Amino acid sequence: MNKFTISGSPHVHGDESTKKVMYGVVIAMIPAVLVGVYYFGLDAVRVLLLAVAASLFFEWLIQKYLIKGSLTINDGSALVTGILVALNVPSNLPGWMVIIGALVAIGMAKMSFGGLGKNVFNPALVARVFLLVSFPVQMTSWPKPMPITDGLVDVITGPTPLGIVKEGLGNGQTMSQLSTELPSYTQDMVGNIGGSLGEVSALALILGGVYMLWRKIITWHIPVSVLATVAIFSGIFWGFDPEHYADPMFHMLTGGLMLGAIYMATDMVTSPMTKSGQLVFGFGVGLLTILIRMWGAYPEGVSFAILIMNAVVPLINKGFKPRRFGVKPGVEVKA
Amino acid sequence: MGILKTFALGGVHPEENKLSSHAAIEVLPVPKQVIVPLGQNLGAPSKAIVKKGDKVKVGQLIAEAGGFISANIHSPVSGTVLKIDPAIDSTGYRRPCVFITVEGDEWDENIDKTDTLKAEIALTPEEIVNRIKSAGIVGLGGATFPTSVKLMPPPGKTAEFLIINGVECEPYLTSDHRVMLEKGKEIMVGIQILMKALKVEKAFIGIENNKKDAIAYLSELSQSYQGIEVVPLKVQYPQGGEKQLIKAVVNREVPSGKLPIEVGCVVQNVGTALAVYEAVQKNKPLIERVVTVTGKGVKKPSNFLVRIGTPVEQLIEAAEGLPENTGKVISGGPMMGKSLTSLDAPVVKGTSGILIMEKEESGRKTESPCIRCSKCTYVCPMGLEPFLLSKAAKLGKFEMAENEMIMDCIECGSCQYTCPANIPLLDYLRLGKLKVGQAIRNRNKK
Repeated sequence: MNKFTISGSPHVHGDESTKKVMYGVVIAMIPAVLVGVYYFGLDAVRVLLLAVAASLFFEWLIQKYLIKGSLTINDGSALVTGILVALNVPSNLPGWMVIIGALVAIGMAKMSFGGLGKNVFNPALVARVFLLVSFPVQMTSWPKPMPITDGLVDVITGPTPLGIVKEGLGNGQTMSQLSTELPSYTQDMVGNIGGSLGEVSALALILGGVYMLWRKIITWHIPVSVLATVAIFSGIFWGFDPEHYADPMFHMLTGGLMLGAIYMATDMVTSPMTKSGQLVFGFGVGLLTILIRMWGAYPEGVSFAILIMNAVVPLINKGFKPRRFGVKPGVEVKA
Repeated sequence: MGILKTFALGGVHPEENKLSSHAAIEVLPVPKQVIVPLGQNLGAPSKAIVKKGDKVKVGQLIAEAGGFISANIHSPVSGTVLKIDPAIDSTGYRRPCVFITVEGDEWDENIDKTDTLKAEIALTPEEIVNRIKSAGIVGLGGATFPTSVKLMPPPGKTAEFLIINGVECEPYLTSDHRVMLEKGKEIMVGIQILMKALKVEKAFIGIENNKKDAIAYLSELSQSYQGIEVVPLKVQYPQGGEKQLIKAVVNREVPSGKLPIEVGCVVQNVGTALAVYEAVQKNKPLIERVVTVTGKGVKKPSNFLVRIGTPVEQLIEAAEGLPENTGKVISGGPMMGKSLTSLDAPVVKGTSGILIMEKEESGRKTESPCIRCSKCTYVCPMGLEPFLLSKAAKLGKFEMAENEMIMDCIECGSCQYTCPANIPLLDYLRLGKLKVGQAIRNRNKK
């Protein structure tokens, strides 16, 4: 008598796996990592290694000794979180703060909610905001970009473009007066500006985003709706008063917007499940970002915007369903 | 050729693996014994009208339809009824079957066994439907819904289009493909018969573009038949689903919970069209069908013309045996087929193929937590949220599952195929559908 496997259909499986998705995100972050290392040198390497090692370690520790469950540190998710923590902090952040960031991301934001797939908020962003409110000075002392090719020189810190605008406008200066202090768009694109380790080069981030789109890890809905909302709202204000509001291009290319829109807001676990819901989510992130940048206490608002919208995701999931087959839009169907 | 038509929502594209597409249909020798299950079709099982010791001829009625949605069953062989006893069928359950010991091959004398094409349709629509009904024809695509029922639209509804399903979107299976290539003319006449029965002017044959030879051949044939048009379709699973096919071919959407007739369509499989031809023109009931035997380890992937009731084992023998490292034997395709518990299970009217999978590909991958990637939602051809429905079913929240339209699930398996976390979504969805279905029936009783 032959012994056959008995199971329900389907009997074949596509070649996607959680691991492939996670390592796909890792590959997509390589350009931004390289740019970070190029401009911020060995410090960037130090932060990256520390963040990744600490994230993996804490995940292992918690799974082994607190949850006593199966160990899944090689599924790639802790690696992604570790890299994202590093990309979200200044490269000159003291090592112990980086480790605290990793602990907050993995321990507080991920494992305490039940681990992979259960967390409400993006772990790396929770870490970024936690560090920002706990260590405001260290988290906003941005090293100036020094191409690694210039050799090892002492790190000089300076403000980010968004910081320059926030402070300048607050002191009554106009955009045209500030324009001499601000980097050019080309500098914004390649990453030759002050900022967190991985957020400086819009070009590198977009490159990774295109890769993730091609691999179907993300869809265009969130990045495009975030960026479009930011562009439209900043454009409206800039159109009325270009002396007191920065132009849309500036808003799109500076700060954590690209990193946020492409890598953080698109986090599968913490974003809506349907494409229509993702558009709403992206709109919310874009709008809150602009509100915080223009009128908030912080020069940058992407992290807060995404975390706030993370909290709204369950509601969006309830309200925005996929288009059902055989149901006319707006018609209530009761079986 | 411009952009190929396909359905709008979701879909996946598994490896096609049509290993047997060039294997011409071979007639499998009549076995020594057949086991004919009484429950072969969707709906009520049939009632046996023979008893132990009865002599039967090929094509003789041995079981009558057990209700409106049921079908007659005819003896696929000549010989003596050995017994009527439960036996394991392709569902894995022991269910009543008629065992017939084969003696010779003596056909009922009313059956025209010749191969000559009979194109003239002499019967009236009512006579056609009756002939199809008495011949026990059911949908041969796998769903086994009695064909005559589909040809009698409920009062107030009329059919506008007949859509012939030549999609064969399941990977591996090639029986429909071969039938289209080898029985094209008969299919054309069968379609004309179905058109006459339904009183429609227009029929479409939907064929996926991975069967270019069938598209070319049937397109050429259709020139000489009024109102038949071949529609090449983009390869996309589950295009063979009735609702998906209608959407792809005539761009109409069957409303949730309704039948295709609601949008003026009736869908029939190509194999069914052939069976209709044989029943109406040749007086031959449904006693045999084409079955693909395939799999990566199978020495001779084949398409056999098989008598109903032939044990699966004999088909596998004819394809040069069960491979050494067989892990799973599936009745049907890899996406929707059922895994067999025993090779003694007989071929039934709905058996489109026997797929033999190697040990390495037979198991499931380890399940990991849902990462909420939404891929299941993106690929669902019905626009459902499998992650949510499976969760609801798992937690026993069947009311929620019903509100989220679980009954619209067509069990195509695209969600589970796609899931990066290897979650057995369809297992839970089936459980949910079962429970919600029971709840609905109980509600309707009150």
